[in-house]
Amino acid sequence: MTPTEPTEPQGPQPAVEKPAVRQSPENLPPGKDVVAPSSTTEGGETTIEQPAVGVRTGMFGVPDTGDTSGYGGLVKPVVFPGAAQRPYGGWFDLVADGLDGLIEKVVIHRGEITFHVHRDHLLEVAGKLRDDPALRFEFCSGVSGVHYPEDTGRELHAVYHLLSMTFNRRIRLEVSCPDADPHIPSIVAAYPTSDWHERETFDFFGIIFDGHPALTRIQMPDDWPGHPQRKDYPLGGIPVEYKGGTIPPPDQRRSYN
Amino acid sequence: MVSTSSTTQGTDPYAASTSETSQGRVFTVTGQDWDSVVEGVADSEHLADERIVVNMGPQHPSTHGVLRLILELEGETVTEARCGIGYLHTGIEKNMEFRSWVQGVTFCTRMDYLSPFFNEATYTLGVERLLDIEDQIPEKAQVMRVLLMELNRISSHLVCIATGGMEIGALTVMTIGFRERELVLDLFELITGLRMNHAFIRPGGVAQDLPPGTLDEIRDFVALMKKRLPEYAALCNANPIFKARLENVGHLDLQGCLALGLTGPPLRAAGYGWDLRKTQPYSGYEDYDFDVQTWDTCDAYGRFRVRLNEMQESLRIVEQAADRLAGLEGAPVMIADKKIAWPSQLAIGSDGMGNSLDHIRHIMGESMEALIHHFKLVTEGFRVPPGQAYVPVESPRGELGAHVVSDGGTKPFRAHFRDPSFTNLQATSVMSEGGMIADVIVAIASIDPVMGGVDR
Amino acid sequence: MGIEEKLPSGVLLTTVEGVAGYMRKASFWPATFGLACCAIEMMTTGGPKYDLARFGMEVFRASPRQADLMIVAGRVSQKMAPVLRQIYDQMPDPKFVLAMGVCASSGGMFNNYAIVQGVDHVVPVDMYLPGCPPRPEMLIDAILKLHDQVQHAKLGKNRLDEIVEAEATALNALPTSEMRGMLR
Repeated sequence: MTPTEPTEPQGPQPAVEKPAVRQSPENLPPGKDVVAPSSTTEGGETTIEQPAVGVRTGMFGVPDTGDTSGYGGLVKPVVFPGAAQRPYGGWFDLVADGLDGLIEKVVIHRGEITFHVHRDHLLEVAGKLRDDPALRFEFCSGVSGVHYPEDTGRELHAVYHLLSMTFNRRIRLEVSCPDADPHIPSIVAAYPTSDWHERETFDFFGIIFDGHPALTRIQMPDDWPGHPQRKDYPLGGIPVEYKGGTIPPPDQRRSYN
Repeated sequence: MVSTSSTTQGTDPYAASTSETSQGRVFTVTGQDWDSVVEGVADSEHLADERIVVNMGPQHPSTHGVLRLILELEGETVTEARCGIGYLHTGIEKNMEFRSWVQGVTFCTRMDYLSPFFNEATYTLGVERLLDIEDQIPEKAQVMRVLLMELNRISSHLVCIATGGMEIGALTVMTIGFRERELVLDLFELITGLRMNHAFIRPGGVAQDLPPGTLDEIRDFVALMKKRLPEYAALCNANPIFKARLENVGHLDLQGCLALGLTGPPLRAAGYGWDLRKTQPYSGYEDYDFDVQTWDTCDAYGRFRVRLNEMQESLRIVEQAADRLAGLEGAPVMIADKKIAWPSQLAIGSDGMGNSLDHIRHIMGESMEALIHHFKLVTEGFRVPPGQAYVPVESPRGELGAHVVSDGGTKPFRAHFRDPSFTNLQATSVMSEGGMIADVIVAIASIDPVMGGVDR
Repeated sequence: MGIEEKLPSGVLLTTVEGVAGYMRKASFWPATFGLACCAIEMMTTGGPKYDLARFGMEVFRASPRQADLMIVAGRVSQKMAPVLRQIYDQMPDPKFVLAMGVCASSGGMFNNYAIVQGVDHVVPVDMYLPGCPPRPEMLIDAILKLHDQVQHAKLGKNRLDEIVEAEATALNALPTSEMRGMLR
């Protein structure tokens, strides 16, 4: 072994530029498209690239204040289950065939199928679902509104649950509309049962159902301003005082995100 | 505490009067002054042609809760009937968005307050589907859920029959109905600790195990009810007054039911045996032996008979559930996954109900993980993967479903309940128009709306 | 009001107070104001097991004009509040209000836009009964305490003195926000 000559202690080597390790979604700054981990499960439930609907920052704290108590740097995207690919499995394909060309997206999650439909096609889809002898979805369970404030351009969703008593099947229809133009056609003509459900969704979210015979407020007083179940409407509670201590209302308390 | 208000001696703003409004003349009548109405109508010619709009409620002994009925009358005949609802709107759905998933159970249980277990069950089943733990719920929890739901069905039908009877004047039905209901509430108190609004069915299982002696109580209850339920049949089924008031009232055939989205007893009284416990079973219902009750007249009498028979079937299921529970002594009632299972056990101590000392000893002395789980579950709660689920159950009034949306957080992003009373009440107009005022009451009683569910 | 208001304070007024109090409490007629879950517990309290008839109260008058006691049983929503006030105004004196349950007393668990946070925002309340829902025995306890209060209510000059005294105490009392000490 030849002894190496003692060399002078060398200074720090200049850093070698290496490409950054592929970051996990938690560490990416908000607003970027995030790739959800793709996995394949049975029944055609494949999640593919799905842009984040919103972002969850921080672990806990009081929202909308300067509360820095809880891991404020934590950033996590909110990623909903992605679109499924054909074949869907089971009777899902039969129903999708009946609605060919009218569906925007199909999501299969936990054994339930959701058809995302554009609002312009909603009436046609509803008519087909009810009248087509292979589909026979005679029963509409109701309309549910959901407000996704961070899903720009598609903030207000109306979700219809349909049941086929003949074939014992359940599907879900989801229609979205932007805040700026909250109009969705009314399916009262096809399913009269959605009369009060659409009124309620209008009352709570402000979605205007075109073609509804009498779209008025149903739960709130007739002259109530605002649409209470929207995310930008405050919960409206009052602080509770007890022997010198005050508890703020639930939406202003420190809570986990 | 002495109140500092002195007695009011001013004029009564609600005294009988007539006022001219932009829509016409309004008569406020408080009794013994109908002459003013008759004179007023006879006076002006155009008033004699116009129909009278009568407002019943929201505070009214017969409107089944805070329901406002706006009736346009022509004599005794109702030409138009509209429902005004929203007088009990509590914003429960929005409240749930600010509480954790388990706390949501405490909120949703108060919607349809006569069938709290069903609200809890549909919400919990939705959450469990999102969590993907549907097949990990222990068997004992499933059986307990079925037991409590069927007992709840009995108590709910008893209230329907009791209040329905009271509204048509059959007060004995009310007293015996509530007498039987007390037996069911005693069982609830024994098992869950509360008579009403128990937050017992939670995601992962049920909150607590059965206390000792429960099965004997249940068996005694079943034996007693088998003797008491026929009393209702004997009192009402062939009673000529009862039949005269209920037969051919509130008629709604199968086509009408399906178009208006009615489920539950009104649909089954129209002859179609659609029961979610049979067609889309949940919580192990496929293992129980019971029949779906139908009737063939689509009227209020049919719905009454369906409810009476359903109580008998529920009693059968309760018996089967008790037999199954006898073989499940010591089985867990909460899911094995400690990150979801609600940890604490409650017990009555010297200072009231609180965490049982056994549990405290375990988390403080024996297991660090248990302490951590308890802390995290109670403060943060578990996180539910993003997605949406809808798992409906067959509540005593029809299809009750919770549309649960999660964005991956500790709180529901949206929890919307499709309440059967809300949907069934839409049929009021169809059932009442063309009939008499008295029939409106009977028709609504036969739908059995619970305003807490209607307004949420 | 009546002749009892005009009696001079003394033995006669005290006796009349006793008799009038007894008459009023022995036959309280509640007005039906059942709203939500508490209404069901109120109905069971009138039912056979917890019998309100033994206190003279099984007659739940439908018309507020014939009732003394309004048991506000359940959550009062913003839409219902004017109706509540209207029913209260229609009741003749002497009238009493019992806020049954936490929702009626203080808004309960529903601290939000839709529920009036305590019916004392709308009507003056004589008895608050917590519970969600309160057991029938608790309701009966509250009713009996109210009976006590009614039995010992003062009339005429005694009543005016009492009002003056109560107002003075209330004005000098320590406000809740100033109370310090343990939060137990």
